[in-house]
Amino acid sequence: MTRDDIKDVVLEIIEDINDEEDLSKIDGDKALRDQIELDSMDFLDIVMELRKRFQIQIPEEDYGNFETLNKSVNYLEPLLADK
Amino acid sequence: MSQLPDSQRIVITGVGLVAPNANNLTDFRQALLDGRNHIQEIEHRYIGKVPAGICNFEETKYRKRKENKRGTRAGCLAVYAANEAINDANIDLNNCDKSRIGVYTGLTEHGNVETENEVYNISQFDYNVDYWTHHHNPRTVLNSPAGEITLNLGITGPHYSIGAACAAGNTALIHGLQMLRLGEVDVALTGGVSESTSSFGIFAGFKAQQALAKHPDPNKASRPFDTQRNGIVVSEGACLYTLERLEDAKKRGAKIYCEITGYHTNSDATDFVLPNTTRQIECMQAALKKAGLNAEDIDIVNCHATGTPQGDVQEMRGIREVFKNCKNTYINATKGYIGHCMGAAGSLELAGNLGSFEDSCVHPTINLNNIDPECDCPNLVVNKPKEGVNVKTILNNSFGMVGINSVIIVTKFEQ
Repeated sequence: MTRDDIKDVVLEIIEDINDEEDLSKIDGDKALRDQIELDSMDFLDIVMELRKRFQIQIPEEDYGNFETLNKSVNYLEPLLADK
Repeated sequence: MSQLPDSQRIVITGVGLVAPNANNLTDFRQALLDGRNHIQEIEHRYIGKVPAGICNFEETKYRKRKENKRGTRAGCLAVYAANEAINDANIDLNNCDKSRIGVYTGLTEHGNVETENEVYNISQFDYNVDYWTHHHNPRTVLNSPAGEITLNLGITGPHYSIGAACAAGNTALIHGLQMLRLGEVDVALTGGVSESTSSFGIFAGFKAQQALAKHPDPNKASRPFDTQRNGIVVSEGACLYTLERLEDAKKRGAKIYCEITGYHTNSDATDFVLPNTTRQIECMQAALKKAGLNAEDIDIVNCHATGTPQGDVQEMRGIREVFKNCKNTYINATKGYIGHCMGAAGSLELAGNLGSFEDSCVHPTINLNNIDPECDCPNLVVNKPKEGVNVKTILNNSFGMVGINSVIIVTKFEQ
């Protein structure tokens, strides 16, 4: 998957969780939680959905990598390289 | 006339409801007087097509889609009904002590839906529990629907569920009344909630008991007291009441629907599923005694009447005994319209009769084409409303499995 594909997937998953937010204005370098309504349970939803879609296990200590959209893409890029 | 001080008299000052055929008290009452029911056929996992009562309401009126997804169906129904009950009571939550509001939801069961869904979910992943959702436990704790209300409304008083099978709607009302009388809370938001239609297991369980209704026309499947009745139509719904002490309701000039003058709950202690007429009689008589009323003072008896062959006979046997000399007591049942709303049944069916204080009508029992002689009784109101009845007192029955009975008596409010 390309970086753009991964970004689209993450945004799609967030939209599934919360479809009442405007995701088009998300700044990739700013914390997601500061821009849209997302709490710890929502982040677990993101992790679970990635697991379901791509069979990847994300250890708890790596959850911090999902702070921003760009950090998420950076983290997922090697994991989804051959997907 | 009540002998109790106003601090011990408990009144209903707000009603919020979601039923398969209406989403507010006015529409619900009209549907019952017009004979409009709404049962549909749904397709369920494993069990296939079954008749069911499904609520169609504005789910995002009081809660975001995101919160509805995170929470439970019961929570979604409950939050809607709770907001409507508070608004109907004209209580401004921004200007009251929210730590003095208690939320008590009556439930037949809770958690079946969420657990069934998760088991199905992990079945798609070779039963690997890594795919089991982190939402499972908060969704299935038994305080869930009541807690979802407090989260939504910012209520910081007590919240929990009253588990009482299909007697739960009435039992939660009783609990709310008791908490108000004890002075534990100043407002009780209480009644019943059911999400049971989302559980295939509930349908399958009734089917296995040979107690699940079937009919080519789903709207004719729920038919209490009819010779052709063959079981229960499972429905979802919610009906919550705002209860207050009379002195508080008077102080703020609240609209008062009625006073809860009598109540009782007891146990059969005889069978897991079969009802017990003697205990039902005792329950009705104890409620009458608490209300300081005689049987002939009751104008309407709203039956539990689920449409099962044996349950309806047992209940009517008890009603004939308790009300045998009551020429002016009318009998009706509500499940022909909405099916069996399980935990919400008692409170919804009570709500359906409250309008009679104003319109002087007794709503009929519908889908009753051929009365089973064993279920017949004088003054059973059948298929069209009985008009011109000066209704002052209503007795509402609600019974449940493992032998639980609950009776509520409400009286038209008079100073």
